[in-house]
Amino acid sequence: MAAPTTLPSALADAVRDESSLRRFLHGLPGVDQVGVEQRAAGLGTRSIKKASKLHAIDLAISMVDLTTLEGADTHGKVRSLAAKARRPDPDRPDVPKVAAVCVYPDMVKTAADDLVGTGINVASVATAFPSGRSTMDIKLADTRFAVEQGAAEVDMVIDRGAFLSGRYGQVFEEIVKIKEACGDAHLKVILETGELVTYDNVRRASWLALLAGGDFIKTSTGKVQPAATLPVTHVMLQAVRDWKEQTGELRGVKPAGGIRTTKDAIKYLVAVHEVAGPEWLDPNLFRFGASTLLNDLLMQRRTQLDGHYSGPDYVTVD
Amino acid sequence: MWEYAPAPESRDIANLKPNYRMFVDGKFVEGSGEPLKTINPATEEVLAEVSTASESDVDTAVKAARRAYDRVWSKMPGSERAKYIYRIARQIQERGRELAVLESLDNGKPIKESRDVDIPTAASHFFYHAGWADKLGYAGYGPDPKPLGVAGQVIPWNFPLLMAAWKIAPALACGNTVVLKPAETTPLTALVLADIIQQCDLPPGVVNIIPGAGDVGAALVGHEDVDKVAFTGSTDVGKVIQGQLAGTSKKLTLELGGKAANIVFDDAPLDQAVEGIVNGIFFNQGHVCCAGSRLLVQESIADELVEKLHARVSTLRVGDPLDKNTDVGAINSREQLTKIKELTESGEAEGATRWTSECPLPDKGFFFAPTVFSGVSQAMRIAREEIFGPVLSVLTFRTPEEAVAKANNTPYGLSAGVWTEKGSRILWMAQRMRAGVVWSNTFNRFDPTAPFGGYQESGFGREGGRTGLEAYLDV
Repeated sequence: MAAPTTLPSALADAVRDESSLRRFLHGLPGVDQVGVEQRAAGLGTRSIKKASKLHAIDLAISMVDLTTLEGADTHGKVRSLAAKARRPDPDRPDVPKVAAVCVYPDMVKTAADDLVGTGINVASVATAFPSGRSTMDIKLADTRFAVEQGAAEVDMVIDRGAFLSGRYGQVFEEIVKIKEACGDAHLKVILETGELVTYDNVRRASWLALLAGGDFIKTSTGKVQPAATLPVTHVMLQAVRDWKEQTGELRGVKPAGGIRTTKDAIKYLVAVHEVAGPEWLDPNLFRFGASTLLNDLLMQRRTQLDGHYSGPDYVTVD
Repeated sequence: MWEYAPAPESRDIANLKPNYRMFVDGKFVEGSGEPLKTINPATEEVLAEVSTASESDVDTAVKAARRAYDRVWSKMPGSERAKYIYRIARQIQERGRELAVLESLDNGKPIKESRDVDIPTAASHFFYHAGWADKLGYAGYGPDPKPLGVAGQVIPWNFPLLMAAWKIAPALACGNTVVLKPAETTPLTALVLADIIQQCDLPPGVVNIIPGAGDVGAALVGHEDVDKVAFTGSTDVGKVIQGQLAGTSKKLTLELGGKAANIVFDDAPLDQAVEGIVNGIFFNQGHVCCAGSRLLVQESIADELVEKLHARVSTLRVGDPLDKNTDVGAINSREQLTKIKELTESGEAEGATRWTSECPLPDKGFFFAPTVFSGVSQAMRIAREEIFGPVLSVLTFRTPEEAVAKANNTPYGLSAGVWTEKGSRILWMAQRMRAGVVWSNTFNRFDPTAPFGGYQESGFGREGGRTGLEAYLDV
């Protein structure tokens, strides 16, 4: 198995062959379910007020991957999403723009055309999203198409069937190949933690994706329940923190699906701050995959600045 | 950088009064002892003046308790007693915020702990024991177990309201009456509990609360008409009480000091073990008798674990106890702070490696930055003596047998923690730990259904659960 980057010797050994990889992943410390859930709940009680809240709201806005992944998506809908990404709150030009717009591959060109020169990336899901059930050739073609169309970020799904049946080498190879096909585009690896179920699996899949060269590890497609949860995100933040300890490299985390309120988003930011560390409070290293979250952030931002709540009619629906 | 803005809970919620009086025979009365001033350890300001009991006040209180026992409480059906105890539990919940803020002001513990642990657990002790009041015949102590009479109870300053609940709830449920002395540095929440008890219309004399220093406690436990003594506090005082009671018919339970081992094996869930270690020693500033003050870590993972631990402890926020984001609050008293400093200095002098969090500390008040000693050996004072502060001693071991030997090599035996993913090893260890509570893959979890108590110099008798009823029944 080809290691994608120069790894420290301990990690290079881990990816030498399939059995080394299995030994490495199964040798990772376990995750105690009660403990990680207790810690996530405990950190969730942090009280973020005033200036620190406003800062968190702006930071969260700049971390949003504004997403539409519906069968019913139209070019018109994607264009209005791009407009929303550029100016989330038209009345308030000082609102930061979002990090990226996330769409299906056939919508990439539409989004990219509308976002030229804005600094907002187009992210595309690929590799037979959301199930990942297709042949490698099709997954590669899917990825190449998205990149050709102008995607600067690719959100791939792992083959959960292969992972759950213990074929780690296959999952690893797929990520490595997709990463190659991405070229300069950033690769986010969707673990679909709702199907991995245990925290031990989440930790193993996180390390597998990091070893294979994923720039980001992402919780979910949004199509499977449960999607992102705080404890799962804790485990993934621990993985990127430990990855940095061992390699010096910074990799990102993206919880996606089910984060709808400012209150929730701030709980995630507190986790980023205190579990991974302050340097992860950066749109290059942490993203929210969300669609409705943005408007709640905008409403709460107005509340903070105006001193009163204005309501959903004052932010644009798309 | 993202700094959390201050998020202080309003101190007005505490409903603080300039003067508090003792509670005897259903009424708040002036004591004839020298009044004491209780201070806020986070600012050193005086919070309130509290009247204290003299020896004659102790006698009055015990007599009131005796009258209440003879005339009302011992004759009342359990189902009726339960109604009063449920009422107290609900009132504690109702006034939870007030009690939480007052507790943090008087004790120095962070509001998130008084709000999320102390007060809810105090209420749950009353709820739990209320349920027993009419079911004592099914507790395994015979068909109709009888109460003991008047209970004299002396409690410490580390969990002022919670310890009052631990003591009062089972006593009342079993049909005893109570004279309780709160600690002299933290009398306020016990006196609000007295107010709750008064509002719940408990018959006068069933519960009496008499603030004061050690002399009041000594007079109480030595009073001839007290049938049962329950003490939580230091081992030194516990020994004095045991000596004082020798040869009398008084029944005694003691819950004393500890020097618990938190044992981490190389297959442990490391991130959660770090959380458990932090919770074990930095919860309540380490003012916990069952604190995991000795970390025993398997040698093969010691460096990695200690590094993770330092990183985690660095994120603990030390400061204003009323700030909702504070993790570690104020040390309860200057006296205790001096003791902690003295013991940490001994650790350095004896050659252990000291690491202290670089967190900022407030200018005023009694604060001590979280500290971890590594390279500690069994012979050092910091491995043997109870520090009762935010100071952890790290020792290593190689085999499970060595872990058991080191963990048990203490005159204490209150609690222990075992961290491993291997279930069989947890059971193997738990059988060998000489400790009243053994937590596995967690630490410092309290529940009224679980008996709590010690081995050896950590005391005897159990509190909580079915087992805990025995201490308040004539069996």
